[in-house]
Amino acid sequence: MIERNKPDSLTDLDDRLRRLRERKDGNKPAAKWDDDTRGALGVAVRVGVELVAAIGVGVGIGYLLDRWLDTTPWLLVVFFLLGAAAGMMNVYRVMSGMSQAVGYSAERKGSAENMRDDDDNAPRET
Amino acid sequence: MAEKHSPLAQFEIKTLLPIHIGDADISFTNSSLFMVIALVAISVFLIMGMRKGQLVPGRWQSMAELCYEFVASVIRDTVGNEGRRYFPFVFTLFMFVLFGNMLGMIPYSFTFTSHIAVTFAMAMVVFIGVTVLGFVKHGFKFFGIFAPPGVPIAMWPLLIPIEIISYLSRPISLSVRLFANMLAGHTLLKVFAGFVPALGALGVLPLAFVAALSGLEMVIAFLQAYVFTILTCLYINDALHLH
Repeated sequence: MIERNKPDSLTDLDDRLRRLRERKDGNKPAAKWDDDTRGALGVAVRVGVELVAAIGVGVGIGYLLDRWLDTTPWLLVVFFLLGAAAGMMNVYRVMSGMSQAVGYSAERKGSAENMRDDDDNAPRET
Repeated sequence: MAEKHSPLAQFEIKTLLPIHIGDADISFTNSSLFMVIALVAISVFLIMGMRKGQLVPGRWQSMAELCYEFVASVIRDTVGNEGRRYFPFVFTLFMFVLFGNMLGMIPYSFTFTSHIAVTFAMAMVVFIGVTVLGFVKHGFKFFGIFAPPGVPIAMWPLLIPIEIISYLSRPISLSVRLFANMLAGHTLLKVFAGFVPALGALGVLPLAFVAALSGLEMVIAFLQAYVFTILTCLYINDALHLH
């Protein structure tokens, strides 16, 4: 009886472990509350500062380069505009992808998630 | 009197134990004191909470486990399984910011996260750490993050400076967000609290408002710690996975 029960409980344990692992990789149960509540509040808090910080960095770089190269207003103007563009790009990234990644992170993240879904499904179907 | 009741008096740095080494002033201040208190509180909270380590956790143990699970799930969702090895760093950061914010909610205490010196130092640790991590993982290919794929080379002179500014603005936005929120929230609380004695019997109104605002401040305190943590995770994710 013990020998018959043992494989059962072991396969059961295997099942449970696999389910837990799938949950860890697939991140479906935990992500829901995340995206709805915390995510929205988090985005709301983040957006304003992103814009200002990038403009600040742009102006800072422009000002320092101007002082160094003696080109007084010009680099400041150029880098202010670049900073504003960077700030808007940051805001766009926060709003679209929840990610800060430099580059086209939203698309990359989406494709990565699709790939992960496929990986999850494959062993279940076979 | 004006100085004592100023809404900004709570942010004053007071030297408790003057220490000078050469020209450097490394005195032990009230800010340092509250950082030490936060460290002791975190250690007591976690070590005493997990001391028994029961299979069915009690209240204290489940609170400690909740913090652990929370940070673990944030890392899992943003970085994935490779992020596990950075858990100790991210967890330490989260607990330190969270306890700093929450200790600040206790009346007459000092909020060390309301000083840009503290938050900017933490943000720079994250920023430099993540940059070094990216270089260690990818070598000079790490510069590739400044030139997004699929962009025509003609656009590079315009896009690369924008991306570099965007990258350099990370520590600024990370630190300013936390410090500005804590500073503004605590100042607002103090200003409204100042109306209570000034209005006499009508002071009940601002008192109720302060009570509601304290609740909001608790949410902000947690949310800011969460945002700081999730951004750290996103930065680690960027450094690990180039596009």
